[in-house]
Amino acid sequence: MNHWIIAPILLPALLAPIMAVAMRHDIVLARVAGLAGTVLLLTITGGLAMLAAQGGIHVYELGNWPAPFGIVLVLDRLSALMTVLTSALALIVLLYALGSGWDARGRHFHALFQFQLMGLMGAFLTGDAFNLFVFFEILLIASYGLIIHGGGGARLRAGLQYVVMNLAGSTLFLFALGTIYAVTGTLNMADLARVSATIPLEDSALLRTAVMLLIGVFAIKAALFPVQFWLPGAYSSASAPVAALFAIMTKVGAYAIVRFTTTVFGPNIAATDGMLTEWLLPAALVTLAVGALGVLGARRLGILAAFAVLASMGTLMVGVALITPQATAAAIYYLIHSTLAAAALFLVADLAVSRRGDAGGDLRTGPVIGMAGPIAALFFAAAIALAGLPPLSGFVGKLLILDAARVSGWVWAIWATVLIGSLVQVVGFARAGSTLFWKPHETAQDAPKGPAADAPSPALAVIAAAAAIGALILLTVLAGPVAGYADATARQLYDTPAYIGAVLAGGMR
Amino acid sequence: MEFLVASGIGVLTAAGIYLILRLRAFAVILGVSMLSYAVNVFLFSTGGLVSGAPPVLGSGAGTYTDPLPQALVLTAIVISFGMTAVVVLVALGAFLESGTDRIDISETDEEDHEMPPSGADLR
Repeated sequence: MNHWIIAPILLPALLAPIMAVAMRHDIVLARVAGLAGTVLLLTITGGLAMLAAQGGIHVYELGNWPAPFGIVLVLDRLSALMTVLTSALALIVLLYALGSGWDARGRHFHALFQFQLMGLMGAFLTGDAFNLFVFFEILLIASYGLIIHGGGGARLRAGLQYVVMNLAGSTLFLFALGTIYAVTGTLNMADLARVSATIPLEDSALLRTAVMLLIGVFAIKAALFPVQFWLPGAYSSASAPVAALFAIMTKVGAYAIVRFTTTVFGPNIAATDGMLTEWLLPAALVTLAVGALGVLGARRLGILAAFAVLASMGTLMVGVALITPQATAAAIYYLIHSTLAAAALFLVADLAVSRRGDAGGDLRTGPVIGMAGPIAALFFAAAIALAGLPPLSGFVGKLLILDAARVSGWVWAIWATVLIGSLVQVVGFARAGSTLFWKPHETAQDAPKGPAADAPSPALAVIAAAAAIGALILLTVLAGPVAGYADATARQLYDTPAYIGAVLAGGMR
Repeated sequence: MEFLVASGIGVLTAAGIYLILRLRAFAVILGVSMLSYAVNVFLFSTGGLVSGAPPVLGSGAGTYTDPLPQALVLTAIVISFGMTAVVVLVALGAFLESGTDRIDISETDEEDHEMPPSGADLR
């Protein structure tokens, strides 16, 4: 057994309580520890990804109890990719939080940040459905603390809404897991795949209900229509680094849907075959339309960014919902892009908002901001990326998804929605960008042109936001190898017998 | 026994959903708690309802009750307990900061970010 597999969970799990207890009064120490921990996490997950890229499925049995009796962690290509993406995003966001001083505008930012990473790593690595629930709760409870970071009435009310929504979602998650356990007698993902393949179609009503309920819960996390309404309020009210980190939170829902619709309840299972595409695809298309219209109609920059995230989730879920290897590969590529682009947009938006004084995030004519040139360029790049225009990776990802949709019966609906949605978003972004950067005028009581006064290192904040854009450029340049990895990942996901074999036989010891 | 447990879960769930739809912080917290009690009982019954049987097969026992749902319920109880504490604190903070206990956020609220605490909306 390779003990490194549990390291991405253990490292933040040990670091966070130490930070909460021993470093609560020393922000500098907490910053250093947080940064060191995140860099170390990126190194470990990078190493694990190199291991996973060789193609094997690595299993870690907790307490040495063999599956399906004990809980297992499973490292395959998809989970390795997600952990690397998470830690890379975390590093960018953390640098921004340090540079902009957001981490000092409330308490325990760094401890909550590490707990959040622990939950994310666990959710991506676990091979057990109930354990997935537990890690979901860990990442949620940390996110409750992060979303209200910085305080204020509006933020607390949006946070309360978010907490209640997710508590109701967690209850539904338990109902779904209970029903699945009652039908199959197991919650290990590999064992679930094995048992549900043996359930005949005529006895499958309860299992179908439970799977639908489970996918519904993941749809709440992924902000899929009709349960998308919590996202714009929560994301636009959260502080910028938190909103940028939450770019990965919706992807946890998307990851869980991918995992359950391919490996666990894949196309080879009679009970659920065809049912999921039928429901997920229209929901994804409506999500995309809602997001695009929201971008067009937004009157605040935060709302605009949140609806852009929604639109990119819609596009991503179109790829996920098709449930073919080619579409899943396209969705995996788009998922990387969507995470980085959403984070970039939130960070760049905050760079502009923090320099606008009283005008804040309102999309109206405001004062001329400091460093308008570089920030406008970054905003332009982020907008291009999220709208899916060439030359950035959003275009490549959208092209892959459109190409994969050609075999679907819904092909015209998908092409029309994705393309018109992109056009509507371009108009929305163009309007916001020109209001922010081209129309400002010098006012009599000119607002502070610099960033907020308590920002320790404004240059670091700009560099962090630029790093997110840089990652997108890297993703575009390396589109070939990344798409190749995504292709291999999709093939591995659909190879359920290999997954079952690896997990239930103890994997590669 | 099955009828009793099933209708108990049903009543708790219905009460929970009704309370959540009230959209006031206190009612919603009660509703979420009801819902989590309902799901705890539901999880408990997923292994099949057996009374008076040991949780593990011994040499003398002919039947047994499934121990796994009990472990799951224990986990779920601990988590829902912690979550309830968090939601109470967030709700309290939101009420003290904004002076209203409504869960929904209307258009007028968004334009007026820092509302002074007032008794007008407490009803």
